[in-house]
Amino acid sequence: MATNKDRVALPPPGAQKTNLVCHFCIVGCGYHVYKWPESQEGGRAPEDNALGLDFRQQLPPLAVTLTPAMQNTITDQDGKRYNIMIVPDKQCQVNQGLSSTRGGQLARVMYSPEGVGRERLRSPRVYVGDQWVDTSWEDALALYAGVTKKILDNDGPGALAFDCFDHGGAGGGFENTWGTGKLMFSALKTPLVRIHNRPAYNSECHATREMGIGELNNSYADAELADVILAIGCNSYETQTNYFLAHWLPNLQGQTVAQRKQRFPGESVAPAKIIFVDPRRTPTIAIAEQAAGKDNVLHLDIEPGTDIALFNGLLSYVVDQGWHDEAFIAAHTRDFEQVLQANRMTLEDTSRITGVPLDKLQRAAEWAYKPKASGHRPRAMHAYEKGIIWGNDNYLIQSALVDLVLASHNVGRRGTGVVRMGGHQEGYTRPPYPGDSKIYVDQEIIQGKGMMYTAWGANPFQTTLNAEQHRTVILRRANIVREAMASARGGSTAQRVEAIYDALKHKGGLFLVNINLYPTKLAEAAHLMLPAAHPGEMNLTSMNGERRLRLSERFTDPPGSAKPDCLIAAAIANSLRQLYAAEGKQDMAARFAGFDWKSEEDAFNDGFRMAGQAGAGPIDSQGGATGNLVTYQRLRAMGNNGVQLPVKEYRDGKLIGSEMLYSDYQFDTADGKAQFKPAPWPGLPKPVAEQKQKYRFWINNGRINEVWQTLYHDQYNEFVRRRVPMAYLEINPEDAHALAIASGDVVEVYNDYGSSFALAYLEPDIKRNQTFMQFGHFNGVMGDLTTPWTDRNVVPYYKGTWADLRRIGTVEEFKRNISFKTRRFKA
Amino acid sequence: MATISRRTFLKAGGGVAASVVIGVPALTQAATSSAEGRVNLPYPTRAIGKAQQLQANTPVAFAYPDDTSPCVLIKMGAPVPGGVGPQRDIVAYSTLCTHMGCPVTYDAEQRLFKCPCHFSIFDPEHVGQMVSGQATENLPSIVLVYNPDDDSVNAIAVNGLIYGRQSNLL
Repeated sequence: MATNKDRVALPPPGAQKTNLVCHFCIVGCGYHVYKWPESQEGGRAPEDNALGLDFRQQLPPLAVTLTPAMQNTITDQDGKRYNIMIVPDKQCQVNQGLSSTRGGQLARVMYSPEGVGRERLRSPRVYVGDQWVDTSWEDALALYAGVTKKILDNDGPGALAFDCFDHGGAGGGFENTWGTGKLMFSALKTPLVRIHNRPAYNSECHATREMGIGELNNSYADAELADVILAIGCNSYETQTNYFLAHWLPNLQGQTVAQRKQRFPGESVAPAKIIFVDPRRTPTIAIAEQAAGKDNVLHLDIEPGTDIALFNGLLSYVVDQGWHDEAFIAAHTRDFEQVLQANRMTLEDTSRITGVPLDKLQRAAEWAYKPKASGHRPRAMHAYEKGIIWGNDNYLIQSALVDLVLASHNVGRRGTGVVRMGGHQEGYTRPPYPGDSKIYVDQEIIQGKGMMYTAWGANPFQTTLNAEQHRTVILRRANIVREAMASARGGSTAQRVEAIYDALKHKGGLFLVNINLYPTKLAEAAHLMLPAAHPGEMNLTSMNGERRLRLSERFTDPPGSAKPDCLIAAAIANSLRQLYAAEGKQDMAARFAGFDWKSEEDAFNDGFRMAGQAGAGPIDSQGGATGNLVTYQRLRAMGNNGVQLPVKEYRDGKLIGSEMLYSDYQFDTADGKAQFKPAPWPGLPKPVAEQKQKYRFWINNGRINEVWQTLYHDQYNEFVRRRVPMAYLEINPEDAHALAIASGDVVEVYNDYGSSFALAYLEPDIKRNQTFMQFGHFNGVMGDLTTPWTDRNVVPYYKGTWADLRRIGTVEEFKRNISFKTRRFKA
Repeated sequence: MATISRRTFLKAGGGVAASVVIGVPALTQAATSSAEGRVNLPYPTRAIGKAQQLQANTPVAFAYPDDTSPCVLIKMGAPVPGGVGPQRDIVAYSTLCTHMGCPVTYDAEQRLFKCPCHFSIFDPEHVGQMVSGQATENLPSIVLVYNPDDDSVNAIAVNGLIYGRQSNLL
C-alpha cells in the first residue's frame, strides 16, 4: 500500500454518487460517496472533476473538506477495483458541509485487505481445538440453530441470552433492529436480553417518557433559536460535534439574532448564553468560552452525582421567584404541587450539596428562567446526555430535570426542548419485549444462569459495569464449552451439539456466539463468530437526534460472505424453521416463519412500514403508525435531509415530517397532560459511597472526540491508535506529582471491583482528587472499576466510582509518540 | 506528474521515508514532468533559513512548495522527532489546517498550533500530531535538510497532503 499521502485521486465527472449518513454518532452528518473505476481519474479543472472545484490553484479556506482519509480503494465481489471518496454534503441541513474527525474517516474504514478493515470477519468462524478456523455459513448456522433448538426444547427460551444493539448507524438501523428483534422476541420469545451498553432490556429514558415527554422532542434548529442552552452532562464538541459546531456555536456567537428577532417579534434577543452542568471542565466548555466570551458561559461544576439536588434547588428557587408558568402548569400538567413539596430544597442546601456557590446558582436561574426585559419567558433548551443517563440514579435525575423544565414551560416552544443529545443514532423497530419485568442479565450470567449467549454488535467485555467479574465468569463458563467441543473430534453437527449441550446443562458452561464486524475482545471467549456488514455495504435507515430519518445507500459489497444483521437473523430463523419442520413440529416451525427476506429492504418493509398497520402484530417503532408512508424510493429522493419522524404525510413527491413535538401540548400520557414526578435527593448509592470512602480519586469517564466507542475500527487505524493506544486518564498535575506520576506513565487504577491500567495525562483543568478515564478502550477497560449498582430500571451509574492510583512505569513508545499537551482550546 | 496513475505509485510503494534520511539537498530540483520510475512528486528544494539565525520558539513564515502554500519554520529549542539542525530541533509545517484550511496560529506559550475555525490543535513537537480537533490528518510537516556547510535549512518535500489541493504540487 502506498505510504505516500501527498495527493488524492479525484472523481471524474459522472462518477457514481450516492448518499451516506455517517454511521458513528447520533448527529448523523450527511456525506456523498463517489465511486469510480480505479483506472480512471478526474482532472484538476472544475469541469474535469465531479466535485466541480478548481484544483489548478490553492483552494481558499472552507472551500472543501477533502483529506487522504476521505479516499480509499475497494474491491467489489466481482473483483473490480474502485476508488471511493466520501466527503461531507454541503446541502445537508445537519452538518452543512462539516465533517468531524470520525465521519471524516468513513472512507478510510471501508474494507480493503490492507487497510483499517483488514481484521474484519469475512466468513463465519468456529473455535476448534485451540484455534479459530473459517467455516461455511451452512456449518455455522447448523451449529447455531442446533444448539438453540436443543436449549429451546429442553430448557425454554429463558436460557437463550442475547446482548444486542437497539440503535441506528453501524451495528443497528431499522432493518437490523427489526430482524434481530423479530428473531429474539416473536420467534424465540426470550426475555433474557440486554442491550449493547447496559445490562438489561430497558430504556435510558424511562422517567421522561412516563412524564409524557419523549426524549427527542425538538430540532437542531432550536439550538439556533434558544436564549440559553443548558448543557447537562454532555460534552458536545467531542460527542455531538457538528450539532455543536453548526447549530450551537452560531447562536452563541450572535449569528442567529436576526433570525430569532424575525421569528419571535417583540422579544428581547441577544446572543445565546450557555450553562454547563458538569463536574469536569470539558474541552467543550473551553471552546464555548472561546467562542461566546467568558461572560456568556456559566459552568456549574457540581460535586459528582449531585444533579438531583441541583435541579430541585433550581425548581424551588424558580417557583419562589414566581418565574414558573402557572397557566401552562394548570392547563397541561398534573401533580405540580405535590412534586414541588417532595423536591423542595433551599438554595443554601443545594449549594452545600452540589458545591456550587450560591451566587452562581442564582445567576444560572436568572439566565435560564427569569423573564427577559421584554417580559417574555426565556427560551431555555435543556440538553443532556451521559452525565444524566449514566448518572446517580438515571430515573430520579431525569424526573428532577423534567420537573424543572415543565414548571418553566421549556418544552413545546421553539427554541426550547428537554432533549437527550444521544450517543449512537436511533433506529428502533421491534415486536414488544416478551417479559413483564427487567432482568439484570449480567447478574444472571454471573450466577450461572443462561446457557447460550449471543453478543450481537455488542462488546460487554469493554463496556459493561462490574466488567472484570462479568468477563471472568464468562471466560470460565465459555472455557468449559471449548473443552467439550475439543473432545468432539470428527463428530457430526448433531454430535457436536450434544457435546456442547452436555457442557451447558451439566457443567455450567456457556455457549457464546459473537456476531460483529470484527472479532473484538469477545473472541477470547466465543465459540462461533458470524460476520456482519455496515452502512455502505448494505442499505440502512436510521434517525438522528432530531428524529431525522435518512437512507444510507449501499455502494459496495460486504467483505467475504459477511451479511447485514437482519439477513443473519433471517438465516438463523429459517434454519430453525427447517429443523422444526423436519421434525413435524409445525407449530414451532410457524414461530420462525416470516423471514423470507431477500434484502434489507424486505426487512424494512416487514417491520418499520408495518407498524400500526391492519393485520400486523404489535410493533414498537420510532416510525410510529405513519412509518408506512416511507419507502426506500421516497427516502432516497429526500437525500441526506431525509424526513423528521413522525411523518405527517406524503405530498407532491415529498415526505413531510415533524420539526418539534408537543407544540400542541398533547403529551404522551393517557389524558395528554404532562406528569410531574417526585425526585427527592437520595444521596449516593451505598456501594458507590463505600468506594468513595475507601478510595481517593473519583474516576469520571466517557468518550473522547477522536475515538468511536470501543475502537472497533480505530484499533486498526494508525491515526487514532498512535494518539490513544491505551485508555488515558486525565489527572490534576499536583495529584500526579505527589504520586510521582508523569504524563505518559502507565498507572494502575484499582478498587474493590477490579483493576485496570491507563495512560496518565496531566491536565490542570482537572480538579484535585478527580480524574477522567477514557471509556470503552480495548487497552485498559474502565468498566472494571464500576460498581454493579443500578437504578430501579437497571440503568447503571457508570460515572460513579472511586479508586486509587499507582504508578506502574513507562512504555517508551507511548511517551515518545504521544503529545500530552492540553486538549482544552485556549487562544 | 499528473499522469502518474494511482496504481503506479501503489505498486512501487513508499520511498518517502528513505528520501528523508538521505539528507541530500540536491534531489530533483525543478517540477519537471513525470519521470519514469519515480513514486515521489518532484518537489523543489528551497532554502528557507539559517539555523543560527533562528530564535527558539519563534516561528518564521515561508512558503513551500510554492508561494500559495503558507508554512512556518520553528526552532523548538530541544530535540524533537523529525527535527533537523545542530540541535535536531528545527521543524516546519504547513499552516493550513488539514480539516478545512483555516490558517492555524502558533501559541508560543503552549507550543501548539491552533485552528480558530473548528478548534483543532496540533503539536509541532510531535510531528504535527492532532492533539484534539476535527481534522483527520496531522498537520503536514515540511521535510527539511540541514546543510552544515552554509548553516542553511532547506525544504525538500512535504509529508502529508496540504489543504485545498489534489496534489501538493500544483
